[in-house]
Amino acid sequence: MAAAEGSKIDPMHQFLIEPVAGSHWVVGGYDLSFTNSALWMVVTLASLAAFMIGGMKRELVPGRWQAAVEGFTGFVSAMLVSNVGPAGKRFIPYVFSLFMFILFANILGLLPFGVVPGVHPFTVTSHLTVTGVLAIISFAIVLIVGFGKHGFHFFSLFVPHGTPVVMIPLIFVVELMSFLVRPFSLGLRLFVAMTAGHILLKVLAAFVINGINMGPGYVALVSLPSFALMVGITLLELLVAGIQAYVFALLTSVYLNDAVNLH
Amino acid sequence: MPQISQIAATYASQIFWLLITFGLLYFVVGKGMVTKIVATVDAREAKIEGDLAAAEAARRQADTVEDAWRAQMEAARVAAAAETAAAKAQATQSAEAQVKAADASLAERLGHHDFAIANAKAEALANLDTVAAEAAQQLVAKLSGIDVSVDQAAHAVREVRAHG
Repeated sequence: MAAAEGSKIDPMHQFLIEPVAGSHWVVGGYDLSFTNSALWMVVTLASLAAFMIGGMKRELVPGRWQAAVEGFTGFVSAMLVSNVGPAGKRFIPYVFSLFMFILFANILGLLPFGVVPGVHPFTVTSHLTVTGVLAIISFAIVLIVGFGKHGFHFFSLFVPHGTPVVMIPLIFVVELMSFLVRPFSLGLRLFVAMTAGHILLKVLAAFVINGINMGPGYVALVSLPSFALMVGITLLELLVAGIQAYVFALLTSVYLNDAVNLH
Repeated sequence: MPQISQIAATYASQIFWLLITFGLLYFVVGKGMVTKIVATVDAREAKIEGDLAAAEAARRQADTVEDAWRAQMEAARVAAAAETAAAKAQATQSAEAQVKAADASLAERLGHHDFAIANAKAEALANLDTVAAEAAQQLVAKLSGIDVSVDQAAHAVREVRAHG
């Protein structure tokens, strides 16, 4: 359909949110429609749950699947222990959910579901509302843990050790700013990485399709190199999908370390 | 960019469904499954640690048993050597005693025989004197017709024998 329209391919169309059934569910003035975005959140949840259930045999000697699931839990557990210390094990459920949700959403968005007619893949994590909410949850947990554990002493986080007394007001403001920017940087980083990768892939795909429509010469000059580039960038995007999930979880655990151990 | 142009229209649905799916994920998968999986991993690690400790303890016990066995063997060897030496000494001693006893009995028997020989010799000598005296008496009686007593004849024989 898009190929027939030639240059009308819109690389932004993939991010469009629309209700799945076409009907809007408005509850109390809020539009809570089950959109394609919500559908892919459910798909992410379902595939992640299926993956986890496969590893729930809880045998003493793990099989392949159980070993894979335990590899992921062990990875998150090791990350929390190395960043926060033994007290960090308490956050395994949250950081694991966060890491796996982002990882699965990123990878599901990259899988070629588009070859099935009528299925439109959608990357949940390419939406600022989603990454922003996840970042705010992480930030809120840091605040709750920090103030819950240290009370107002938590503000000493903004005054590093050895700061000269004269500098304290300035450093305090600077550190407070950098602390408050954390949820934005956390949410924006993932959103931008996913959006940029998918736009790049879609632009290159448009080159391939447009080249094919314009004749054999363009196929050789434009479509084939673009396609080769797409293959490479798809692999790179798979790497980015893992790295961005890792970075999100890692920064969350680093921030949790601040909240648990102050300095 | 729909993420920003649609934000006012879609934020409620996005946040609503994210909270539902992520909440389910956190409570069912994170709190429910991951906790159990981590517990399984911890139990396995504890079991491995315990098994390794048990193996180490068993190895140490085997070492002590082996040391005890070695010491026991050494003691047994020493005892056996001592016993052998004692038996050898006893054998030597008893052999010596037996030889000595045999020597003594031989000596005693030799003494008896010597004594018997001496007696026999003395008896023979005494008999010889008597025979010689009687022969001398009969000779004198036959030659000179003088009856000499046996005592005189014996005296004469003694005299002749004394002078050779």
